[in-house]
Amino acid sequence: MIFGIKDVIAVLPEITVAGAASCLLLVDFLIPRERKSAVGVLAIIFVIFAAIFSIFLMGTDVMGTTVFAGMFAVDGFSTFFKYVVYAAAVLSIMLSFHYVKEEGINAGEYYILMLFSLSGMMVMASAKDLLTVYVGLELMSLPVYVLVGFMQGDVRSNEGAMKYVILGAFSSAILLYGISLIYGLTGSTGLHAVAAVLSSGSVNQGALNVAVIMMVAGFAFKIAGVPFHMWAPDAYEGAPTPITAFMSVGPKAAAFAVILRVFMEGLGPAYGKWQIMLAAVAVASLAYGNLTAIAQRNIKRMLAYSSIGHAGYALLGLVAGTSEGVSSVMYYMAVYALMNLGVFAVIIMMRKGGQRGTEIDEYAGLAKSHKGLALVMLIFLFALAGVPPTAGFVAKFYVFMALIHKGMVGLALFAVLMSAVAAYFYIRIVMLMYMREPVKEFELAHSRGIYYVLAIATAGTVILGVYPGFLIELAQKASLFP
Amino acid sequence: MQAFSDIPVLKDHLLTVIILVPLVGAFCTFFLRSDRVVRWFALAVSVVDFILAVPLVLNFDRTTHGMQFVERHGWIPSLNVQYYLGVDGISVLFVFLTALLGWICVLASWNAIDKKVRDFMMSLQIMQAAMLGVFSALDVVLFYLCWEAMFIPMYLLIGRWGGANRIYATLKFFLYTFFGSVFMLVGIVALYNAGGTFDLQELMKHGYTFDFQVFAFALFFIAFSIKVPMFPFHTWLPAAHVEAPTAGSIILAGVLLKTGAYGFMRFLLPMFPDASQFFSTPVIVLSFIAIIYGAFLALSQDDMKKLVAYSSVSHMGFVTLGLFLLNKNGIEGGIIQMFNHGITTGALFLCVGMIYERTHTRDLKDYGWAAKKVPYYAVSLLIFSLASMGFPGTNGFVGEILILIGAYENYKLNVLVLIAGIMLGAAYMLWMYHRVSFGAAEGHGAHGDDEGHGHGDEEHPVRDLSPREVVAIAAFVVFVFWVGFHPMSFLDIMHESVGQLLTQVNGPAAAISSIAGH
Repeated sequence: MIFGIKDVIAVLPEITVAGAASCLLLVDFLIPRERKSAVGVLAIIFVIFAAIFSIFLMGTDVMGTTVFAGMFAVDGFSTFFKYVVYAAAVLSIMLSFHYVKEEGINAGEYYILMLFSLSGMMVMASAKDLLTVYVGLELMSLPVYVLVGFMQGDVRSNEGAMKYVILGAFSSAILLYGISLIYGLTGSTGLHAVAAVLSSGSVNQGALNVAVIMMVAGFAFKIAGVPFHMWAPDAYEGAPTPITAFMSVGPKAAAFAVILRVFMEGLGPAYGKWQIMLAAVAVASLAYGNLTAIAQRNIKRMLAYSSIGHAGYALLGLVAGTSEGVSSVMYYMAVYALMNLGVFAVIIMMRKGGQRGTEIDEYAGLAKSHKGLALVMLIFLFALAGVPPTAGFVAKFYVFMALIHKGMVGLALFAVLMSAVAAYFYIRIVMLMYMREPVKEFELAHSRGIYYVLAIATAGTVILGVYPGFLIELAQKASLFP
Repeated sequence: MQAFSDIPVLKDHLLTVIILVPLVGAFCTFFLRSDRVVRWFALAVSVVDFILAVPLVLNFDRTTHGMQFVERHGWIPSLNVQYYLGVDGISVLFVFLTALLGWICVLASWNAIDKKVRDFMMSLQIMQAAMLGVFSALDVVLFYLCWEAMFIPMYLLIGRWGGANRIYATLKFFLYTFFGSVFMLVGIVALYNAGGTFDLQELMKHGYTFDFQVFAFALFFIAFSIKVPMFPFHTWLPAAHVEAPTAGSIILAGVLLKTGAYGFMRFLLPMFPDASQFFSTPVIVLSFIAIIYGAFLALSQDDMKKLVAYSSVSHMGFVTLGLFLLNKNGIEGGIIQMFNHGITTGALFLCVGMIYERTHTRDLKDYGWAAKKVPYYAVSLLIFSLASMGFPGTNGFVGEILILIGAYENYKLNVLVLIAGIMLGAAYMLWMYHRVSFGAAEGHGAHGDDEGHGHGDEEHPVRDLSPREVVAIAAFVVFVFWVGFHPMSFLDIMHESVGQLLTQVNGPAAAISSIAGH
C-alpha cells in the first residue's frame, strides 16, 4: 500500500503516543527504581503533545476526510472520543503516582503499558474499517490484561487478569468470526462499502443475522454488557485501583466509539436487526448491573456492577439510533469518565498503610473527620445516581430525550426505574459517610496528583451539570450525522 | 417599600435576587468559623430574603392571571432549556410562605442545633433557594432541577441532625421521593416530545390527545402524590417528621409537601384537563381515605410529633380533595388550606420542638403541666391547635369551609364524610392539647413522676418562652388570625389565576357558569 504525507499527518497523535511508549521503554532503563514516577510524568507530557496535535488537525484540511485508503477517519467524532481517552489516561496516571508506591509496583512499564493501550483506543476512535477496529481493539486490550495482573503477589489480581485474558481472547475470536462473516457477505471490511452492499438488500439475511449476533456479542464483552460481563467484577476488584479507574472509563469510551461507528455507519441498514439485540443487552445490563450492585460489600466490585448498569444507559442512546442518540452517548461517556474517575480518586486516597479502602464499611463516618473529601464523594455519588444539578443527571436526561423522541417510552421508563434502584446503593455510601460514627481514625494518602484529579473531576461534574450547553453542542457537532 | 423596589436590579430581577440571596448566603456561611456568627449571619440572610419577598406580594398586580416578575434567558440552547422565572397569583403566595418560614426555621434551630451549626445553616439556606426555585420556575427542566435540588439538603438535614432512627427515615424519604421524581422525568421528556418545548405556559396551551393525557397524568401523579403525600404513599412522612430536627419538620410540613400539591396545579390540571376530569373521582376517594385514616392514626399516637405528622396526612387530604373538586371554591379552598397548613403545622412542629428541647421527651404521657408551668407556651399551643382543627376565626376555618362548600356543590350530602374528618381532627387536636396542658391536673401527671421524668415540678422548673421563641410564634399567630379574619387579602391575589386555571381545566363555558353561580 502506498501512502503519502497526508496520511502521516492524520495519524500524528497516534504516532506521538505509540512512539513515546516505545521510546520510554528505553528511557525506563536509565531511571532508577525509586524514581519511576518520572516515566509517568513523561507519559503525561506526551499525551498532552498528542492532544495538541489533535487540536492542530482540526484546523487542517485533513479534518473530515479518511486516510489510508478509507481505513482511518479524522473527524469531529473521533476527536471527541480521543479527548475523552486522553483525559482518562492523564487522570489515571496522576492517580497512580502514589498508589504504585503504596503497593510496591512502582515500575516504568506500568505507565508505558497505559500509553500503548491509549494508542489502541485512539485507533479505535478513528477506525473506519473492521480491520482497523480489530487492530485497535487488540492494541488496547493486551496492555490492559497485563495491567490488571500487575500486582503479581496478589491472588485476586492474578485471578482477575486470568479471567480477563481468557474471556477477552474468546470474545475477540467471536468478533473476528462476525467480521469474517460480514466480509464474506459483502466482500469488504470498509464500513461504507459494507453499508452500501447491505442497503442494496442482496444479502443472505440468515447469515447476516449470525454476523450481527457475533458482532454484538464481541462488542458487548468490551463494554461489559450483560450477559458478557462475567469478567468485569473480578477484573475490577483485582486490578490496581488506578487501573480499575482507567479501564472503567478509557476502554469503555473507546469501545463505545467503535460500536457507534460500526453499527450506525457500517451496519446502519441492518438497524432493525441489531436494535432489538442491543436493546436486550441494555435492558439486561441495567437490571443485572444495578440490582446486583446492591448486594456488594466491596466498593470496587460495586462500581464494577454500576459500570455494567451505566453501559446499559449509554447503549440505550445507540438503540434510539438517531443523531441525537449518538450525541447523547458521546456526552454520557465524557461525563461518566469524569464522575467515575472522581469516585476512584477518593478510593485511592483511602488506600494508605493498613487501610485498604475497598470495603464499603470502611467509609463509615468519613464526613466526621474529613468534610471536604466526604463532600466531593457525595457529589460524585449523586452524579452517578443521576441527581441534578450534577452532570450525571444531564447525561441520563439526554439519553431519555433521545429514546422518547424515537417513541421508545417503555425503555425509558424501565431505565428510569433502574436509576431509582441505582440511587439506593450510591446513597447508601453517602449515608455511611455522613450518618455513622467512624470506627477508627482515617489515614489518607496525600498526593498532589490525586488532589488535581479530585479538583478536575469535581469542577467538571458540577459545571457540566449546571451549564452543559457547550459540551452538548460539541457532541452534536461531532455526531456521526452532522 | 416603594423606594426599595425602584432599585433597578430589584425591579427587573427580583425573583432571581430572592433565590440567589440564600444561595450566596450559604456560600458565605462556609467561610464563617464561630457558631454564634453563623447563626446571626443565617438569620440576617433569611430576614433579608423575607424583606425582599414582601414587595413581591405588594407590587403584585391582582387584576391579571398572567405571569409577573418574569425573567427569561437562554440557558442550554442545545436542549431548548431556558432560565425562565415568573409568578402568578398562586405561586406568589408560596414564594412568600417559603421566605417567611426561612427565618422562622433559623430561629427554631437557634439552640436546638449545637453540632455542626455551620453545615446545618448552609443546608437550610440551599434548601430555601431550591424551594423558591420550584415555585417560580416556568421552564419544566428548571422546575425539575430545583425539585431534585431540594432533596440533597433535606436528606442531610434529617440524616445528620435527626433523631435516633434517622438512617431508616432518610433512606425511606430518599427512596420514595426519588422513585417519584424519576417518573416525573419521563413525563417531562414525554411532554417535550408532544409539545416541542419546555416552556410551561406554551405546554399548557398545547392540546394533547386523551391517551397521552392519561399516560402523562399517571407519570406526574406518582411524583406529586408521593410528595404531598397522598394515602397509599404517605408512610415516609411520619418517619421523616419524627426523626427530623424541628427546622427540618417545619420546612417539610410548611413547604416541601406544598410542592407536590403545587405540582398538581401547575402540571396536572392545566395541561391534562381531560385526564384530570377523568381521574378526579379516584383522587377524591383517595383524599377521603387520607382524611379519615390520617385522623384515626393521629388519634392513636402517644408521640406528640407523630401525632402532628399524621395530622398532616389528614390535612393534605383536604388540600388534594379541594383541588380535584375542579370548582372555584374547592381550588381556592385547597390553595388557602395549603398556605394554612404551612403556617399551622409549621407552628405546631415549632411547639413540639420547644417542649422537646426542654424535656427531651415527646411522649404525651410525660406532659400535662404546661398550662400551669409554662402558660404562654400553653396559650400559643392552644391557638395553633384550634387553627389546626378549623376553629372559626382562625385560618383553618376559612380553608375547610371553602372546601366544604366546593364539595357540597359536587357531592351534595355525601360531604357528611368530610364532617366526620373535621370532627376527628378536633378530637385528636383537643385531646393532644389536653394531655399537654391539663393532664397532670387530673392525675395523669403522676405517671410522669413515676417514670422519673417529672419535668415541671418544683425541682425541675421549665422555663417559659424566650424572646426569640416569642418572635417566631408571634409571626405564626399573626398569619393565623390574618387569614382567619380577613381571608380576602389572600384570596384576592389568587382569584384571577384560579379563574384561569378553571378555564383551562373545565373549558371557558364551564368556568363562567361556575363563577356566575356564586
